Amino acid sequence: MPLTTADIQQWIQQSALVLHENSSYLTQLDSDIGDADHGINMDRGFQAVKMKLTNMEPADIGALLKLVGTTLVSTVGGASGPLYGTAFLRAGINTTGKQTLEAEDVVAMLDAAIEGVKARGKAQQGEKTMLDALLPAVDAARQAQSAQVTLEQVLQQTAAAAENGMKATIPMQATKGRASYLGERSIGHQDPGATSSWLLLKALADVSSRK
Amino acid sequence: MAVGIVIVSHSARLAEGVVELAGQMAQGDIALLAAGGTDDGSLGTSIDKVTAALQQATGPDGTLVLVDLGSAVMITEMALEMLDEPVRQRIRISSAPLVEGAVLAAVEAASGSNLDEVAQAADEGSAMPKTHKT
Repeated sequence: MPLTTADIQQWIQQSALVLHENSSYLTQLDSDIGDADHGINMDRGFQAVKMKLTNMEPADIGALLKLVGTTLVSTVGGASGPLYGTAFLRAGINTTGKQTLEAEDVVAMLDAAIEGVKARGKAQQGEKTMLDALLPAVDAARQAQSAQVTLEQVLQQTAAAAENGMKATIPMQATKGRASYLGERSIGHQDPGATSSWLLLKALADVSSRK
Repeated sequence: MAVGIVIVSHSARLAEGVVELAGQMAQGDIALLAAGGTDDGSLGTSIDKVTAALQQATGPDGTLVLVDLGSAVMITEMALEMLDEPVRQRIRISSAPLVEGAVLAAVEAASGSNLDEVAQAADEGSAMPKTHKT
């Protein structure tokens, strides 16, 4: 079954809830290797998104995702503001005019979002950033979609790949972002940005499963 | 008019301090603006503050932006993307170290140099030694 505008709205609400619940956890991860604000920033950004959505009936999925993007850019305050903001803006541009998303649309949307993160952060895989969760996730999404499984399965495999990617950041040395200032001392810690990326993709899979 | 300078920092106090320090060298002859901290004053960057500072600082001669840490570049780039093309073309982000770059740029801008010259002066801050080996 394709995802509708209401499902995407549900995803954003679910993300706001999950990021709120995991705010201390994300901030704890960030205090190990960064500036100890990732959970606070993500929670602030998604609470602002939630407020915006209560007064809005989005015309289509693209309009909804663009609103999420612009709100995150202006409210998050840390590096994740421009990064997730760009991701949602690009996802919104990619889904302009769409009321439903089939598996191939979801793959195209994720691809556009992650290309945006790459361009904005000028980072690559293996630098201990959110891309270490996002790039394997979009690869898994593409593979699952070409294997003709259901959309729900595509999203579950996407989230599982993001989780593996997130865990793979633990032994990495950071070469991008605030953690890169720690050099070798960044090794042995899970990247907070990769963790919030996994939480977002898992929320999407969960919304799809509940349908 | 002269080239304007905008200081983008995660800390409002750091941005204001750099403006104070660089302003002492420029004697009030240039638009030198701070865009530091988030909208609620905590550590971070604010696209609204950066956009407002860029609009205020940028005259016909353009603006050089000096930043503290990585994500300040990202927020400045996003602010630039939202400005009109003619304004955007007159703004440049510097790779220079914040304090040295701001002081050098302020001196250069106050003497009436163009944006290329101000940007180049700021870049020279990367090569200025603070201590001298004997």
